[in-house]
Amino acid sequence: MDIRTPVPTIYGYFSEKYGPTWAEQASALKEVFGEAIEAVWMPGENPVDMPTYFVKKEKAHEFVTTLKEKYNYSFLTDMTATDESEDEESAKEGIRFHLVFHLMDPETKIRVRIKVKLKDEETIATFISIWPGTNWAEREIFDMFGIRFDGHPDLRRILMDMRWEGHPLRKDYPLRGYQIFMTPEPLDPELLK
Amino acid sequence: MSDSKFKNDVPLDIARWGFPGKFDVTIKKDSDDLFEDSKMLVNIGPTHPAMHGAFRCMAKLNGETIEKSYCEFGYTHRAKEKLGENRTYHQFIVYTDRLNYCSALVNNVTYAMAVERMMGIQVPERAVWIRMMAAEIARVIDHLICIGINAVDLGAFSYFVYGYHQREKAYTLIEQLCGARLTTSYTRIGGLMSDAPEGWENGVKEWVKETRGVIHELDRLLTENRIWLNRTKEVAVFNKEQCLLYGFTGPNARAAGVNIDLRRDQPSMFYDKVEFEVPIAQVGDVFDRYFVRVEEIKQSLNIIAQCADRLKPGPIWAEDKRTRIPEKDVVYNTMEGLIHHFKFFMNGFDVPKGEAYTAFEASNGELGFYIVSKGGPKAHRMRIRGPSFWHYQGLDPMIQGEYIGDLVAALGSINVIAGELDR
Repeated sequence: MDIRTPVPTIYGYFSEKYGPTWAEQASALKEVFGEAIEAVWMPGENPVDMPTYFVKKEKAHEFVTTLKEKYNYSFLTDMTATDESEDEESAKEGIRFHLVFHLMDPETKIRVRIKVKLKDEETIATFISIWPGTNWAEREIFDMFGIRFDGHPDLRRILMDMRWEGHPLRKDYPLRGYQIFMTPEPLDPELLK
Repeated sequence: MSDSKFKNDVPLDIARWGFPGKFDVTIKKDSDDLFEDSKMLVNIGPTHPAMHGAFRCMAKLNGETIEKSYCEFGYTHRAKEKLGENRTYHQFIVYTDRLNYCSALVNNVTYAMAVERMMGIQVPERAVWIRMMAAEIARVIDHLICIGINAVDLGAFSYFVYGYHQREKAYTLIEQLCGARLTTSYTRIGGLMSDAPEGWENGVKEWVKETRGVIHELDRLLTENRIWLNRTKEVAVFNKEQCLLYGFTGPNARAAGVNIDLRRDQPSMFYDKVEFEVPIAQVGDVFDRYFVRVEEIKQSLNIIAQCADRLKPGPIWAEDKRTRIPEKDVVYNTMEGLIHHFKFFMNGFDVPKGEAYTAFEASNGELGFYIVSKGGPKAHRMRIRGPSFWHYQGLDPMIQGEYIGDLVAALGSINVIAGELDR
């Protein structure tokens, strides 16, 4: 038994309710974007709970904008990343990170997941012009994974100290990788100019 | 507040977010300011009585108006997401308490749901009703703290004490349930730590009745108070469009007219079997955020009363051998039980390969657990989507052009919890 097994609705499982909409949107998006969509994982076939689109980096912005404006997925619930360096398939392709977006339609509450594959040291343009709320999310991803966002106005560390070395959520970062600073974090006076 | 007080409204460029003129932000110029354009830097926090947690806000003032600000946090960062990858699913339960520590039970319930959903486990009916009651009691506590502290910051101390009295009683009910008051760790994957004691629901019903009276009293004390209205109406407005762009959820978004409540729209547990309403306001100022919370307490009390009526004796554990913690008498008296116990706590249980994002309406907004499992007893990625992270990001644009005194009101009204923000 796994996520593919339809579990009762006490956990809010919506495959039956939203399944047709998901399939319809997936085929429509495939027609428009063609090869820019590397793969689509549909719930039931793959162990995921919502449709997961793997989109090429170059078309990622266009893709999320289309979802936001045409398909009304205007609410960004979450933006994060995963480190796939220990995954064999990703290692073959040279992929290090997956950038993960969770979008929601505020009217129908249908959700969708978008993944962008990134190589090590690869940068991606910022998403601030689409959702200003991604500002801090991108800062957190930079802080934790070291993924850089081109054009971000203020790409600083957000949770860790400014003097911290390394990126804690990478798989090669040790669990007890303490760094202790005896003086308070310096403030950047530029920020208020 | 009338507009006549602010004669020279100056448009402010918010290029810092890359959106010049995107939102209509203006500086209210105080006509009483003798020194025109007197600039001053004010640092509030990390440990300031008005901040309610370790975070910091630097503000550049023009007279008394905030011209520019930026917020810093991370002082209580405990690497929960890293720990989630290095602890078994059972061991991670205790860390979820420390997310939003004002309503720890909601976090427990959401996390248990997230893992159970990945494993395809259904918990028995009694456990679900108890979980719902626990979550709603925690929501009432959280809202009482939020509105109480918001009122204290603006000078209404007695209001806070009324609320805290009920909060203490609620904590006693939670203590009867799980032995702890603040860090509950009550749920287990596939069940509950312990059954509710006999007659617990009667105590809850009494508390609900009492709290309804207190909420009515609180309502009369503050909601139409002139000083309160002057301090909160049309202060720190965050409208519907901004809420959607900045990822606002929960009462803060509903105060601006975003009609989303996951309890109603994506009913998990038995929320589709209870009757409640979702309060919505339109303006999105401090008063609306306060008022939506007051109304939500009333609705939560209704839900608790309905759950207490339907609570029937029965099992509290899903009979799934993977996650079922063996009973103590089995552990102490049989060899198989001892081995089972040992294997469970030392090795944990395997969660099948897959990924799921499970969201639940926590007291502050959408709390989501995005778990990626590659098989095995530990998660590959344990992402926690805390609502406070997104709310605190909205504070910067929210207080642009407001008075420095209103910063305190704005911060209290969005109810940022440091534990959930820093994770």
